Amino acid sequence: MTGTAMDMRQGPGSGTETASPVVLEARDLKRYYSIRRGMFAADATVKAVDGVSFALRAGSTLAVVGESGCGKSTLARVVTLIDEPTSGEMRFDGRLAAEFDGRTLRRKVQMIFQNPYGSLNPRKKVGQILEEPLEINTSLSKAERRERAHVIMAKVGMRPDQYDRYPHMFSGGQRQRIAIARALMLNPEVVVADEPVSALDVSIQAQVLNLMMDLQEEFKLAYLFISHDLSVVRHIAEDVLVMYLGKPVEHGPKETIFARARHPYTRTLLAATPRVAFEDKPQIPPPKGELPSPLNPPPGCAYHRRCPFATERCATEVPPLRPVDGRLVACHYAEQMA
Amino acid sequence: MSATDDIEMMASPAKAAPPSPLRTFWWSFAENKGAVAGLLVIVVIAILAIFADWIAPHSPTEQFRDFRLLPPFWADGGTLRFPLGTDDIGRDILSRLIHGARLSMAIGLIVVTLALGMGIVLGLVAGFYRGWIDVAIMRLMDMMLALPSLLLAIVVVAILGPGLSNAMFAVSIVVLPHYARLTRAAVISELGKDYVVASRVSGAGTLRLMFSTILPNCMAPLIVQATLGFSTAILDAAALGFLGLGAQPPTPEWGTMLASAREFVTRAWWVVTFPGIAILVTVLAFNLMGDGLRDALDPKLKR
Repeated sequence: MTGTAMDMRQGPGSGTETASPVVLEARDLKRYYSIRRGMFAADATVKAVDGVSFALRAGSTLAVVGESGCGKSTLARVVTLIDEPTSGEMRFDGRLAAEFDGRTLRRKVQMIFQNPYGSLNPRKKVGQILEEPLEINTSLSKAERRERAHVIMAKVGMRPDQYDRYPHMFSGGQRQRIAIARALMLNPEVVVADEPVSALDVSIQAQVLNLMMDLQEEFKLAYLFISHDLSVVRHIAEDVLVMYLGKPVEHGPKETIFARARHPYTRTLLAATPRVAFEDKPQIPPPKGELPSPLNPPPGCAYHRRCPFATERCATEVPPLRPVDGRLVACHYAEQMA
Repeated sequence: MSATDDIEMMASPAKAAPPSPLRTFWWSFAENKGAVAGLLVIVVIAILAIFADWIAPHSPTEQFRDFRLLPPFWADGGTLRFPLGTDDIGRDILSRLIHGARLSMAIGLIVVTLALGMGIVLGLVAGFYRGWIDVAIMRLMDMMLALPSLLLAIVVVAILGPGLSNAMFAVSIVVLPHYARLTRAAVISELGKDYVVASRVSGAGTLRLMFSTILPNCMAPLIVQATLGFSTAILDAAALGFLGLGAQPPTPEWGTMLASAREFVTRAWWVVTFPGIAILVTVLAFNLMGDGLRDALDPKLKR
């Protein structure tokens, strides 16, 4: 088990969550896509997720952070079992995913989507949307399903008479509550939230985040919270996993990383967060250039072409993910990052 | 805590209950006068078709030997007993038209149902599975579209033999590619949406995804196409009847009536005019209503 997230979590500074059990452990998850480039070119491989490991504890939140195209959403698809990982393993409650039958596994992981306008079927009523997971995965009677839907609706702050409404009759924030309610219908252990508030107004964001945190406490949910908004992450997460081009570059407890990032990419991300007080802003230049094409990743450290500290070593040698100062970081010069 | 505020906030829209989808649909449909006119004509024709036995003054096949090629009642020699005149063997044209409406409606309904059913299944399978099965289905549809529709219908009837039911089957084969293509396009655009992924996360199987999750969201363009397809079906069946490959005499089908009256066109204009007008009015009504439906169902065209 060397070098996995588990070791680090048990080390010093891993916070107060050590008591709660690990519900999901992912080890070295990889998801490659092969892309056809026409008749004469060889097929290309996109390493959308390339070696991601983490452990999720009941009642805690792991935030996955990175710019668009870094593989966050692919990770979400793999964890929610929509896509098979190319390699790597996932353990739920310590047992391999393959050991469960489909239905049991379905009930463990559910998902909340980014866009509440697209994630609810426009032709179905709220009640039907909420009961669909029960209809597929349980043998509850119609009345029992209805009752469960009403219980969960109350939990997310909806009135019973909204059971018979269509999604288009609700606002964005209300729709996101419906989506959250649907994710909770099967009583899951893990909820993957793919940028659940980024499509909402700032005023509604706080409401939805608070609701998610209340529900987490009540149901001991483990969140895999995908976001590019570090102020949201600061608010909700216990642990942070920063991804760049499919690979984890820094992974550790939130306080440790926010206090002093050890990877230049994390430092740039943190510096890019909007702040009220301008003077607080660390003077770090934005990264040079754009995210490289995942079809043709740079050799060595994937970040070296944009990194202000890059040396020749970075261009040739892939930095391993290694423990530095209470977190895991993939940079040759992590110790020198002040 | 903000929870109580939220609940109040969510309660307020209930007072001004949003209009039901059906009502908003009717509002935007009723804005289009032509579509409403088309709908009225269709309702009248449907009533005529359903109650033909009571409305028609005579039997459609009874031959009044003494009144052959009688003109309509307003012309010289016409009588109110046969308001639209009689044909060459003394059958009342009005009665034949009314009974023909029944046939035409049945043809439209059966052809559209058959084509829609097959087209939806083919389109769903092609759009859902993609890959070689998609290529196979869609290229077959392209081949069918490459042939002139009437020619293809004639080929099918030639294989199966003439007759009304074979003609209906032939016409539904001819119009099938339109439905399959429409369904496939709609399925592909819907498949990428998050609610489909959400259904997958809930564990929905292929059949549920296809028919319960995706299909209801693809219906709007299909309904429009089906309405417009009604008129195509009536026209094609009439054309087959005219060529002697569809309904056989003495069935009072409009196309067949036209065909059998062809030789009297110079002596008795009414034997060809009235079936022609019947076809024209019915087809026009369905087209008008189809256009109105498209405007009402397609949010992009809404004002």
